[in-house]
Amino acid sequence: MPTPNSLKRNIPSHPPTGIASRKGLAPSKIVVTGDKGVKVSRSVTVQKPARPLYAFWRNLENLPQVIKHPVTITVRSPIESHWSVSAPGDRSVEWDALIINDEPDRLIAWRSREASEIANAGTVRFEPAPGDEGTEVTVTLEYNPPGGKAGAALAKLSGEEAGQQVGEMLRRFKALMEAGEIPTTEGQSVGAPQRKNQQ
Amino acid sequence: MKAVCWMGKKQMEVQTVDDPRILNPRDCIVRITSTAICGSDLHLYDGYIPTMMKGDILGHEFMGEVVEIGSAVKKIKVGDRVVVPFTISCGGCHHCSRQEWSCCDNTNPNGALVEALYGYGGAALYGYSHMMGGYAGGQAQYARVPFADVGPIKIEIDIPDEKVLFLSDVFPTGYMAAENCNIERGRSTVAVWGCGPVGQFAIRSAFLLGAAKVIAIDNEPERLHMAEEAGAIGLNDEDDDMLDRLKTLTGGRGPDAAIDAVGMEAHGSTYDNVKQTLKLENDRPFALRQAMRAVRKGGTLSVPGVYSGFVDKIPFGAAFSKGVTMKMGQTHTQRYLRPLLDMIEAGQIDPSFVVTHRVPLTRAPEAYATFAEKKDGCIKVVLDPSC
Repeated sequence: MPTPNSLKRNIPSHPPTGIASRKGLAPSKIVVTGDKGVKVSRSVTVQKPARPLYAFWRNLENLPQVIKHPVTITVRSPIESHWSVSAPGDRSVEWDALIINDEPDRLIAWRSREASEIANAGTVRFEPAPGDEGTEVTVTLEYNPPGGKAGAALAKLSGEEAGQQVGEMLRRFKALMEAGEIPTTEGQSVGAPQRKNQQ
Repeated sequence: MKAVCWMGKKQMEVQTVDDPRILNPRDCIVRITSTAICGSDLHLYDGYIPTMMKGDILGHEFMGEVVEIGSAVKKIKVGDRVVVPFTISCGGCHHCSRQEWSCCDNTNPNGALVEALYGYGGAALYGYSHMMGGYAGGQAQYARVPFADVGPIKIEIDIPDEKVLFLSDVFPTGYMAAENCNIERGRSTVAVWGCGPVGQFAIRSAFLLGAAKVIAIDNEPERLHMAEEAGAIGLNDEDDDMLDRLKTLTGGRGPDAAIDAVGMEAHGSTYDNVKQTLKLENDRPFALRQAMRAVRKGGTLSVPGVYSGFVDKIPFGAAFSKGVTMKMGQTHTQRYLRPLLDMIEAGQIDPSFVVTHRVPLTRAPEAYATFAEKKDGCIKVVLDPSC
C-alpha cells in the first residue's frame, strides 16, 4: 500500500466546491453541492485500537461485510473505487468514488466523482475513547438525492433511512471487530407459519 | 426435531421443525437433555412481551450435550455436557470485559428495535421475542448456541441434570438479586416479594450471603411453605396490614433490602389490570410499589422481576425521600456460573428443591397452563425432550 503522502499527491487537483481538509486541524468539512443535501452522522465505540479498525475500512472491499444493503465495491486504484448499490425495481445506483483524505489510523474521507447520479461524500474518523477504552468511530455521510421538490421530500425521508443504515453498518462493524462475527438468526430453526415462509 | 412454539396469547404448540445448524463460526449445537419453563416465559404466554411472532421457538433454561461445533470454537468440544446461560454474550465488548454480560453490545441482530424503545440494547436472549434478538429457544430437542466459548459451562462431575439445570437462569437470577441487596452478614433483613422460582433462589441466596432474616411474601400456600422450609418468615400478601407487619418484624425499621421477584404481572391491583388490558400501561407494578414503600430509609431495592415498558403510580417520592438505592436488570448470568456450580458441588445448595413438575416436552402446552394458573402446586416445570 502506498504511503499516505504519496496518496495525497495523487489526489486530483480539482476538488469540488466546499471540500476542505487539513491534516491535524479541525475535522474535514465535506459539503455536497446544492442545498438539499442530506447529512447523517453516527458514532460507535469499539474495544480495539484504531489501527486494525482503520485497516479494515481502508480496504474498501471489506465494507460489504458490514453494509447490510446489497452493495458491490470495486477498488480500481489506491484512491479510486466503483460503488454499485441495488435499488428498487432491479435497478442499481452506481458511482465512482475518490478518497480525498487519508490519515492512517485517524481518518478517511471520500466523495463521489462529479456527475454521479447521487452526489455523495463522507468521512470515517477514528479517535481514542476516554481512558484508552477503545476507539470512537464516527461516520458522517452527505448526499444529494436526485433533484426537484420530490427529491427534497425523498431526501427528508431517506435521511432517516440513511441514518438507520449507517447506524446498522456501525453496529455490524463493531460486532465483527469485537466478537469476530456478525450476529444472525437467518437460517435458524423456526415453527410454522414462519417455517413455511422460510422454505 | 420437536420444539415448543409460541402461536399467540395462551397458545403454545409442539411442532416438528428443522434441526438447528451452525450459522456462525462461534456457534455450537446442543442436544438438549433437560429444559425448563421460566416464570418469565409466562409473560410471553400471557402476550405481554412485544415483537413475538407465531412460530417462534421458546425456552431459555436448558442444558445438554454438545453435538457439533463451529470452526472458531476452541474451549467446548463435541461430547461436552453443558448448561447454557440464557444471556447470549460475545465476550469481547466493553460490558462483557466488565462482567456485565447481560449488557453485551454484540449479540442482538435486531439491536435497532430495542434501541428505539430503550435507548440502548443489551444482550440477546434465547426464545424471548425479536426485540431481544429473535434467537430460537431451548424448549426443543436441539438448540443452536452462539458464542459457545463464552456462555456454556461444562459439567464435569457426575450429577443429575436437575441439580445444575437452573444455573441457566433462575439460580443466578435469584443470587444476583440477593447480591444486589448489599447484605451485611448477620445483620440484614431482606424482604422478598414473589416466591416463584426466582424468589425461592433469592431467599436461599440471601441466607447464603449471610442475611439474618428473610421475609417471604406471596399468596400461594405452597410457595410460602417452600420459602419457610429455607428458613424464611412467610407473609401472605393479601393481608391488608402488610407494611405494619413488615415493621413489626423489623423493630419498626423496615427491611434493609426489598426484592421484587414478581415483575410486570403482579396481582392485587384492579387499576393496573384494567390499564394493562387496555394497553394503557405495559406492566402491573403492584409488588414494586409495595416494596418501594416498605424498604427502610437508606435501604436497597433489588428488582430481578421482568419489566418491559411503562409503569404507573410509582411512589418515586418514597424512594427519593428515603434515599433508596435501586438495582435491577437482566442477570449477568456468566458471572455466576462457576461460583454457583462450586456451591452446588460443595453441597451448599441443591437447586432441584424447586422442581414440582416433570413432564415430556410434548406436553409443554398443558404444563404452561398449569404453571400460569398455579394449579396443582406448580412452582417449576422441567421438560424432558427425549420423550
